[in-house]
Amino acid sequence: MRMKKLSGTYLGVFLAFLYAPIMILILFSFNESKGRTFTGFTTRWYSQLFSDAAVLDALWTTLVVAFVASIVATIMGTAAAIGLNKMEGRSKTLIMNMTYLPIINPEIIVGVSFMLLFVVAKNLLSSVGIPFGFGWITLIIAHITFNVPYVILSVLPKLRQMDGSLVDAAMDLGCNHWQAFTKVVIHEIKPGIITGFLMALTFSVDDFVVSYFTTGAKHQTLSVLIYSMTKKRISPEINAISTILFVFVLVVLIVVNIMERKTLEKQKKAREYQLREGGI
Amino acid sequence: MRTKAAAYPYIAWGMLFIAIPLGLIIYFSFTDSAGALTFDNIIRVGKYSNVVVKSVWLSAVSTVICLALGYPIAYYMSRASAMTSRTLLLLIMLPMWMNFLLRTYGWMSILENSGLINQFFGLLGLGPFHLINTQGAVVLGMVYNYIPFMILPLHSVMLKIGNDVIEAAQDLGASPRHVLTDVVIPLSLPGIKTGVILVFVPSVSTFVISQMLGGGGNQLIGDIIELQFLGNAYNPNLGSAISFVLMLIVLLLMSVTGFIGDDLEENLI
Repeated sequence: MRMKKLSGTYLGVFLAFLYAPIMILILFSFNESKGRTFTGFTTRWYSQLFSDAAVLDALWTTLVVAFVASIVATIMGTAAAIGLNKMEGRSKTLIMNMTYLPIINPEIIVGVSFMLLFVVAKNLLSSVGIPFGFGWITLIIAHITFNVPYVILSVLPKLRQMDGSLVDAAMDLGCNHWQAFTKVVIHEIKPGIITGFLMALTFSVDDFVVSYFTTGAKHQTLSVLIYSMTKKRISPEINAISTILFVFVLVVLIVVNIMERKTLEKQKKAREYQLREGGI
Repeated sequence: MRTKAAAYPYIAWGMLFIAIPLGLIIYFSFTDSAGALTFDNIIRVGKYSNVVVKSVWLSAVSTVICLALGYPIAYYMSRASAMTSRTLLLLIMLPMWMNFLLRTYGWMSILENSGLINQFFGLLGLGPFHLINTQGAVVLGMVYNYIPFMILPLHSVMLKIGNDVIEAAQDLGASPRHVLTDVVIPLSLPGIKTGVILVFVPSVSTFVISQMLGGGGNQLIGDIIELQFLGNAYNPNLGSAISFVLMLIVLLLMSVTGFIGDDLEENLI
């Protein structure tokens, strides 16, 4: 009993530690003055945020880069996983090791290595008269690159679990290669593809370090903009952004949770029904 | 086989955007601005040895604190009911969905000289205490941001430890302490290994946490790399050399802990 009380207290303190800065941010997003004491309630910072051209541009850049990069990474990564699944030996080991590199390397190394590549590419291309600069293209290339490994690593296990004879069965029943692929293989590995896509999207939206080293002067992502805002210290607009993002994620998670619980209940009911009807 | 060809676009992409950029870091490390071979950059990294030592030390301290604080929580979650464990997991992951710059910014307003902690002590007639721009604040930022990466792998490994194993040890007369040291800890070792890597690597290479919570006086490896590439001291050759050293430190830790090996794939997922 004493043990239970102790662990309960510890968990409470830990969660307070985890949520303290978030609660502070939310509280001060409604603070009338820019200072550190609460002087009165206002929603001024929220309306200011939505008329701030820099913020809206950054939001747009973030979403475009994240979606384009995740879609390309999902297609390329799924194809890579399918090919890798058939490979063996040293070539496979080599490619898998290359795939792990962006995941285990510190983010700053990945960011800096891209910056070097793009600087070299810029010099080479401008010497032959092709204009090339930091911007959306460099951001998207960098995001695709750090997203693909997550897609490969979530699709590969599904391919391994798949029963190989399913494809043979489909072809026996009259499918050609392409039909067997789209109707059977894709269907079997769909959960892995979706997980990979969602992971890619999350990492893209959340990324700061790699974007910081590959962004251009014109278009910044939201994280890069937030970083430049924190350097100026006091700006309650930052608090307003954080509150909106937090509430958004909270709502999404609650909805997902309720939906999952509903499907679980439905499955349970269906099972009970089956048991009753089957007379077991 | 035709199927293998599906991987070719990715292989080409990886060569161009994973292998070549890393090769460029090594190339820039060993050349000067004119492109001639030199060891000057690597030698100049020696001037920053105190920064390297400080980064490794602060990250090691943060990693140990994350392990000490996170271990009981992961264990509690693995023994709790499915509902409790699910809720706790959600509560621990939820802050990670908020941009980490913003969370760190939140700590700035708590720790500042005119921040909330000092306002509280001010009411009691104490302080102000100097909390921000200290090594302690940097460690706090690392622990705060990366402790979920310690708890999650620990939790997933501990879920696999059956209650029957623990009960068997108890039946055979093991005291609670021996159950912990002889059964639970050895069985959760893979989770500890992954957690240590997942906390140490981002900590040792951070530049945001040290800038926001450490002030100018607590520069880490990440800060001096950033300075060479985007700061006033633009020098990609020196920056690459420091990055190269950082890569070596990370590789060294991974091979010491046996993280790289046949079970790398298992460790990552």
